[in-house]
Amino acid sequence: MGRYLLSRLAWAGPIILAILVINFLIIHLAPGDPIEALVGDFPAPPDYIASVRHQFGLDQPLATQLWLYLVNLAHGNLGFSFANRQPVLGLLLDRARFTLLLMLPALTLAAILGVVLALTAAPRAGSAYDGAITAVSLFGYSVPIFWLGQVLIVLFAIDLRWLPAQGMISLREQPTGMAAVLDVLWHLILPAFSVTIYYVAVVARVARASVLDVLHQDFILTAKSKGLPRRQVLWRHVLPNALIPVITVIGYNFGYSLTGAILVETVFAWPGLGNLFITSISNRDYPVLQGIFLLTALTVVLANLITDLLYGAVDPRVRAGYGAHA
Amino acid sequence: MEPSTRASGPATAPMLKAWRRFATHRPGLAGGAFVLLLALAGVAAPLLAPADPSQIGNQIMLPPSLQHLMGTDELGRDVLSGVIYGIRVSLTVGFLAALAASLLGAIIGALAGFYGGFFDLLVMRISEVFQVVPSFILAAVIVALSGAGLMQIVAVIALLAWPQTARVMRGEVLRIKRLEFVDAVRCLGIGEGAILAGEIVPNALAPMLAVGTLIVGQAILLEAALSFFGLGSADVVSWGRMLNSGQRFLFNGWWLSFFPGTAIFLTVLAFNLLGDAIGAVFNPRSAA
Repeated sequence: MGRYLLSRLAWAGPIILAILVINFLIIHLAPGDPIEALVGDFPAPPDYIASVRHQFGLDQPLATQLWLYLVNLAHGNLGFSFANRQPVLGLLLDRARFTLLLMLPALTLAAILGVVLALTAAPRAGSAYDGAITAVSLFGYSVPIFWLGQVLIVLFAIDLRWLPAQGMISLREQPTGMAAVLDVLWHLILPAFSVTIYYVAVVARVARASVLDVLHQDFILTAKSKGLPRRQVLWRHVLPNALIPVITVIGYNFGYSLTGAILVETVFAWPGLGNLFITSISNRDYPVLQGIFLLTALTVVLANLITDLLYGAVDPRVRAGYGAHA
Repeated sequence: MEPSTRASGPATAPMLKAWRRFATHRPGLAGGAFVLLLALAGVAAPLLAPADPSQIGNQIMLPPSLQHLMGTDELGRDVLSGVIYGIRVSLTVGFLAALAASLLGAIIGALAGFYGGFFDLLVMRISEVFQVVPSFILAAVIVALSGAGLMQIVAVIALLAWPQTARVMRGEVLRIKRLEFVDAVRCLGIGEGAILAGEIVPNALAPMLAVGTLIVGQAILLEAALSFFGLGSADVVSWGRMLNSGQRFLFNGWWLSFFPGTAIFLTVLAFNLLGDAIGAVFNPRSAA
């Protein structure tokens, strides 16, 4: 396990470095003075601008600038957002909580739904039910989820008045205690469902292929010929063996769900990173935009790393190096 | 047996077979027909659209009716005309981005797969970085900083998508270069570069076509998302931008976002169906 861990860490290191370098290069993409990318297009005091210019060594050669940039990041200095009057790092961590609150239930729901759909559809491969599952995953792959959010709002919040249209809490009643938790859950349903649909598509597709694969293996035939009931074969023999690629796809797609949450938040006025992202776009608050990219990219690398380690812990073949890792 | 006829002669037979299989692949046919229809509608937009999509009128926020099949927006513009003209932006961005990504990916992937070594290692590592990075967020940051134009958006999407095609091309080249016919061609004294370009790459084009088609769909979704976030080009009518302004009128104008969104969904769906069908037709075993 130690060697496997080391090899995965050796994978993550250069990728993290590459992400940092990309973020550094983005600063220089802006037409004109890179100082604008570091401060934003918001009126900032001139002595602050001068200090940033010095801190990031903008009059020095590019290599020195990169070094200073990395040093600043290592100190947690992602810049200051003048539009929000707050250091970028604190602002991001503050908002990331709400994005996680939206993502984690959506992810869990999608994983469960996807696996159950696949497990029920794959043994009936070719049937109408199986076709319907394929249709669901095609829908999930093709629908713009921010638009799906809009349709859900129009249908369930405006027309039927079953669920709240926007926000995370009821502003009028301001409930406390348990009622407040329920209130948040109440607001969570529509945005979480919008994020879920793409994920269900991804998970169902991979899980279906994986279940089909396991179904055709000899030990399943053995289990069947022993006279085990269908249900037991599926849940006890097929599921555990089919689950490994599914875990991988869930972990590896963490980034997509993060992006999904960011796209959906805007539609539902959910107060997380997505909302911060769109207001920062209109404020031209570049340090915040770059900070969001950095935070999400690093989160995805971390999620991939954790997935790999879980994978190694669950399946000894992977640790030994027989895994199908590209 | 002449190696050159082996490489090109029977190659037409699989093409014909693949075409016959495609002709019975209903979802793929439906997708292909829809794409064709869209392309025609995009070209003929000035003839089909009932009005100029940016024509402001005093009949504002009208729900769908016989006169305005998809209603009018807050400035009295005809939504149907906007949806028809929006085809142009979506298809242009989708095709150009997919084409650029495929060309770039094909060249890089072919060289990496054929020559291997350090270059191959480097390419694979770079493509891993792009797989990990959340592409919409990176695209949005780049466009926000460098300015929003249609060509910037195409370039950014291509930049983010090429690793997909590069991986496919590399895999195919790795597989094909070990086949016997390559050695046969080599015995004829043909140079390595010519073998790669003339014998190996042409045999790897089918899976590239499948991935390229799927990238068209991804690119259309990405462009719509960027425009929805206010990062689209300001001087063209696009579906994403219509959704952006529709967001403010969800409570009293559902048609403003419903129709452009349906257009995006159906278009991306069509490309996905087509791409899956192309993949299945050329590789029947993967269809199961």
